[in-house]
Amino acid sequence: MAGIFQRTVRLRAAVRHLCPHSTLTCAARLSPADFHGPFLTCTSGQFVASTRKLHVEPKSSSAGAPERLPFSKVTDEDLAYFRKILPGRTITDPDLVESSNVDWLKTVKGSSEVLLRPQTTEEVSQILRYCYNRNLAVNPQGGNTGLVGGSVPVYDEIVLSTSLMNNILTFDNISGILTCQAGCVLENLSLYLEERDYIMPLDLGAKGSCQIGGNVATNAGGLRLLRYGSLHGTVLGLEVVLADGRVLDCLATLRKDNTGYDLKQLFIGSEGTLGVITAVSILCPRKPKSTNVVFLGCETFEELLKTFQLCRGMLGEILSAFEFLDSECMRLLNTHLKLPNPISDCPFYIVIETSGSDPDHDSQKLDNFLEEAIASTFVTDGTVATEESKIKALWSMRERVTEALTHDGFTYKYDISLPVERIYQLVTDMRQHLGDRAKSVVGYGHVGDGNLHLNITSPAKDPALLAAIEPFVYEWTASCQGSISAEHGLGLKKRNYIYYSKPSQAVALMGNIKAMLDPKGILNPYKTLPDNLK
Amino acid sequence: MSGRVLVGVKRVIDYAVKIRVKPDNSGVVTDGVKHSMNPFCEIAVEEAVKLKEKKLIKEVVAVSCGPQQSQETIRTALAMGADRGIHVEVAGKDYETLGPLQVSKIMAALAKKEDAQLIILGKQAIDDDCNQTGQMTAALLDWPQGTFASEVSLDGDKVKVVREIDGGLETIKISTPAVLTADLRLNTPRYATLPNIMKAKKKKIANVKPADLGVDLTSRLEVLKVEEPPQRQAGVKVETVEDLVGKLKETGRI
Repeated sequence: MAGIFQRTVRLRAAVRHLCPHSTLTCAARLSPADFHGPFLTCTSGQFVASTRKLHVEPKSSSAGAPERLPFSKVTDEDLAYFRKILPGRTITDPDLVESSNVDWLKTVKGSSEVLLRPQTTEEVSQILRYCYNRNLAVNPQGGNTGLVGGSVPVYDEIVLSTSLMNNILTFDNISGILTCQAGCVLENLSLYLEERDYIMPLDLGAKGSCQIGGNVATNAGGLRLLRYGSLHGTVLGLEVVLADGRVLDCLATLRKDNTGYDLKQLFIGSEGTLGVITAVSILCPRKPKSTNVVFLGCETFEELLKTFQLCRGMLGEILSAFEFLDSECMRLLNTHLKLPNPISDCPFYIVIETSGSDPDHDSQKLDNFLEEAIASTFVTDGTVATEESKIKALWSMRERVTEALTHDGFTYKYDISLPVERIYQLVTDMRQHLGDRAKSVVGYGHVGDGNLHLNITSPAKDPALLAAIEPFVYEWTASCQGSISAEHGLGLKKRNYIYYSKPSQAVALMGNIKAMLDPKGILNPYKTLPDNLK
Repeated sequence: MSGRVLVGVKRVIDYAVKIRVKPDNSGVVTDGVKHSMNPFCEIAVEEAVKLKEKKLIKEVVAVSCGPQQSQETIRTALAMGADRGIHVEVAGKDYETLGPLQVSKIMAALAKKEDAQLIILGKQAIDDDCNQTGQMTAALLDWPQGTFASEVSLDGDKVKVVREIDGGLETIKISTPAVLTADLRLNTPRYATLPNIMKAKKKKIANVKPADLGVDLTSRLEVLKVEEPPQRQAGVKVETVEDLVGKLKETGRI
């Protein structure tokens, strides 16, 4: 019963926060009967969770834009100052500012009139010091590839772009520690490192555009997390400019440093709301000498999971990625991007990557695994690639699903962490729940990390469809104690859903930290933290 | 007719790899660099396997000339559906100077030995871009040739070939035995599926030496120097048309 008790306490607290005037009391005991609505079960099989009560609507729509906060508006004097410190790099031409106002998905648009492009940390410091004094809101922006509306202004916030801060500062090829400015494009860093026999510890589909500063600010996950871990582990140091212009130099290049509180951890994943990251030092792994990619087909999700277990057991230390996509994703790839299916049509597809230091060992391990996989009939079809060109081709089947979705219509994206065995149940339930209302419902993602990318498309933006999807998807996730945003972050779109995955105490403490580091709230306002914290 | 098709497959540096010139300018770096089957050879294998699936020919034999590692390339062809392989061992200095003339002599000798009905090759290799082996092989055998094929159809003892030429497409009809070279649009090579990859491990690859075929590998070519193309210079931005005209005059363009 303890599990149910804790669960209901959390849900109750969450409800209280969404509806400050609720009359729920702090009674220690609250029976599940107090919550009415559809009951959802989870693998633990022990408890039930209501979906109705959490649905209490706060004053404004949860994901809709909040009211503009009373920041100053940009004046000619402000522009004159910016032009003085950033000659030629203070952009006010509407055509040029336009692309910084719209996100990659083309779902949110701001109305900023000023785009600033500093080249040095000192310039960023000057900008922020000035904006802090003038109470001007600032929207830090890297590659603008975020998927939750966190990278573009909501109103007229000044866009602070790191695009020109693209210098690599140092690289030590014994320790593998790289330091660079925050505006370095991930793919460029990869190319630089690959020439020196190293690789970046993270890789994502957006690599051609995303910048390392943004990656760190959003604690980007990606395709290699399974093997190399998250940025919380691989980032060794940061240089951050705080809201008032102070430069915080924590750009250590040390693998181990237990001297005081580890401040950089605060900024990793802070989505530009606690400071502007200007430089990063990161630990890079050696480039594997042998890489293989396998593309497999499975009949059921259960068999996919059995393949995962087999894979973990037989490939173990050389496994560097385990991704999945469903047949709907394949259909979209075939239709919109004309990418042919490398194997026969199956309900589920897996992309497995191995990386190791000895091609012979690795192919031996891989051969054994593949023979076992076929013999066990967990896998019904598959193909292997060892050549660079074929590897790229197989990876694109997974990496380009996001792109294929944009061609299918307006996309509702959900990035959920769930217990691995429940991952596809959410997709099936969503399909059933939405019926004909949606055009496509697809599931894919980093199944090895328990991370599902659930995407739903419709021909055009459809508020009725959105109402059917949310909060169904969040409540389903909360009932499994999952995360409503595994790696995409909260940004603008998901800021108010934080309570589905974090207790209110935690959120309150986040608010305290924000208030301490950015008392005027000028850094990336309207994002990440819920509206009711203000 | 024997119904046997010889397909030549060449092991080349994978096309996605960044090529680096050796410091002594004698060639490109190949050690530790990812190699794979020449893309046009893949298309050739695919065509041969397709013909077999249509029951127009009986056997596909994959041939590769090179060092030990060429066997991997033959295995890939076997995984795509070739029935057996022939590895013509050429290593060391001989391999460095191995070119279309030597390979075509080898292919011609094998064609006679195996009583081949068709030889299908890629139109050219992506490392040397010679585009000569198919043509030379046909000349040595005195066989007709259908090069730059974008469509192949067998009709009794004749082959209809649609060729990609500068002016468009040319359709010819040639009699077998014949040599065909595959162009890009002939087909899309299949991915080797797992069951076939497993089966390929058991297929036979015969070992042959050029001397056994009576082929002299002496090269008549000597590579003097290999260098990178000149680095692209950055462009210059100008503000006005007058500036543009001025710059053009300055650099002697007008």
